[in-house]
Amino acid sequence: MTAFGKLIRTTAFRLTLVYLLLFALFAASLLGYFAWNTRRLITEQITTTVNGEFSELNDLFTRRGVRGLIYAIENRALRPGANLYLVTTPTGQAVAGNVAALGNGVMATQGWSETIYHRLDEEQQAPHRALVRVSELSNGFRLLVGRDLDERKRIFGIVAKAAQWSMLIVVVLGLAGGVFVARRVLRRIDAMTGTTRRIMEGDLSGRLPVGRSGDELDRLADSLNAMLERIEALMTGLKEVSDNIAHDLKTPLTRLRNRAEEALATSGSEAEYRAALERTIEESDGLIRTFNALLMIARAESGQVNGNMEDFDAADIANGIHELYEPLAEDKGITLRVVTQPARLHGNRELVSQALANLVENAIKYGKPEPSIQPPGPLVAVGADEPGQTEILIEARREGDSVLLSVTDHGPGIPEADRKHAVERFVRLEASRTQPGSGLGLSLASAVATLHRGELRLSDADPGLRVTLAIPALSGEGLAVQTQSLESHPV
Amino acid sequence: MTLIETENHMRLLIIEDDRESADYLVKAFREVGYVADLASDGEEGLSLADTGDYDVLVIDRMLPKRDGLSVIGTLRDKGNRTPALILSALGQVDDRIKGLRAGGDDYLPKPYSFAELLARVEVLSRRHGGPTEEMVYRVGDLELDRLSHRVVRGKDELTLQPREFRLLEYLMKHAGQVVTRTMLLENVWDYHFDPQTNVIDVHISRLRSKIDKGFERPLLHTIRGAGYMIRDGIR
Repeated sequence: MTAFGKLIRTTAFRLTLVYLLLFALFAASLLGYFAWNTRRLITEQITTTVNGEFSELNDLFTRRGVRGLIYAIENRALRPGANLYLVTTPTGQAVAGNVAALGNGVMATQGWSETIYHRLDEEQQAPHRALVRVSELSNGFRLLVGRDLDERKRIFGIVAKAAQWSMLIVVVLGLAGGVFVARRVLRRIDAMTGTTRRIMEGDLSGRLPVGRSGDELDRLADSLNAMLERIEALMTGLKEVSDNIAHDLKTPLTRLRNRAEEALATSGSEAEYRAALERTIEESDGLIRTFNALLMIARAESGQVNGNMEDFDAADIANGIHELYEPLAEDKGITLRVVTQPARLHGNRELVSQALANLVENAIKYGKPEPSIQPPGPLVAVGADEPGQTEILIEARREGDSVLLSVTDHGPGIPEADRKHAVERFVRLEASRTQPGSGLGLSLASAVATLHRGELRLSDADPGLRVTLAIPALSGEGLAVQTQSLESHPV
Repeated sequence: MTLIETENHMRLLIIEDDRESADYLVKAFREVGYVADLASDGEEGLSLADTGDYDVLVIDRMLPKRDGLSVIGTLRDKGNRTPALILSALGQVDDRIKGLRAGGDDYLPKPYSFAELLARVEVLSRRHGGPTEEMVYRVGDLELDRLSHRVVRGKDELTLQPREFRLLEYLMKHAGQVVTRTMLLENVWDYHFDPQTNVIDVHISRLRSKIDKGFERPLLHTIRGAGYMIRDGIR
């Protein structure tokens, strides 16, 4: 497509053409109306003048007779810019006036008529047009008074010319404006198209240019950019997943394979085979869990689990998870506490429970105080002067418009710089590589937060880590928050 | 509730289009004493299931010719109440609820372990044809009264936490059957996710310390690679 073809195909240009047509019609009708009115006005003026002169002459005729009339007419006819006069005898003989020739039968019809004529003093020239009034005098003579219509024609001509010019100007300016606007739009659209092409070719970091005018194109570019942002995030997520799958799924798969191979190679007893197979099953169960977690994250992130949203109290979730994990924590020498206040929210109960469970599991796994600080030996296993060091606190409360579900441990925490990183899929900070787990706990919690239009916050519990799942609270219960806190102590 | 019931030949219909997993299931179920029939598409499955000859249906969610949910829905519309377990690769919260709403009785996401599937199928069949809800469950000298919430072993009355009571209640309801960790988590706690840690084991060991500690015959057994079972006597 040629550049011009592209230009005239733009909506802006087409719109300009439509407007141009409308404006031209408008201008034409305006000028037409003006011309018509002018013409009417001039005609009226002529009529008035002629009528005035006619009655004057008629008067003269009544008072002084034909002779007086003829005299007066001869006199008037000589004045510069004089009207047209003609007096004829009842037989049609011209006796006075400045008219040499007239259209046929003009003198025969009484009243107003338009006719061509020749003046006496300019016989050689082309005939003029005139508006004349003819009347029969009482003695059978006929009197004609008229006025040349050149003036009317001239003024009409001026108007017509003005109309032509203004139409021309309207068209030229309109076209130019259309081209200008269309080119501007086209340039921006071309820029957008170019960027889009680049993005389609795989450069997802590209963004559409956004102007400062905030017009519809800018708004479009803005929302397209937001869309690209989302797509890029999803694609990056996908890429990360595939990268990480390569690492975190392949490693256990390799282990699985090696074990099976080893069991086959070494001829062992039935018990040995059995043990190997059991380990294999264990390993594949772990893989399945990882896989399920990945699927769950993917679905939560893409918002596909919106179907089962309900209203519930975060306190119930916190108490439920506390009840489930408390014995496990106690086995590991950790005190699991829960503090709740009513905090209702709308969401997927199952997913929120799972997210909180993940946070608690993480806290149990990683939230122990750093043993390196303490000298080894059974005596210092639980320092009497450091109560609460091995405590994990689950909290559910309402803060402003948010429901906060948090888990606080007193472990080594996560350094500020690593926190954002920690939420990503499969990231298990170096220190925790040796612990079992898929490394998806925080990612899942984060995805659940995103699904609920909330966020996952990691903060310092000094010492330790506090992970907070912040989800918008159920609206309409804004201020009626009960401050009574319900504390449940471990058995 | 006696153990002999599990020895009965239970009739099972497997509706699964993937040849290999279908064959594996048929073989595995036959090995544990089931009569297992196979249908490889939805229409065939529906017409077989419609005969009403089966104790449990195992239905894949996505089938050729007729979707698994539609098979169950049609059966239920006809008044056929054969317990149905849905197998699905779409193992997420939404799908489970969809499956149960369609009339399924249980839902197992793929990939699953056969032990898990077997345990669930057994529970389903028992639920279907077995004794209705009793008020008192008895296993050996252990007695659980569901009305008064009293648990007695021999002459001793045991004090259980509410959750421990519900755990024991579920185990005793399915006495003699393997109950998996996932089943416990789903039925006792109403959670449908996989914990990465052995939370359930800890609850079980607490319960065990209350009901078995100090008694000669243990009742609560761990079934390796599968789950737990409460029963009297060693087989």
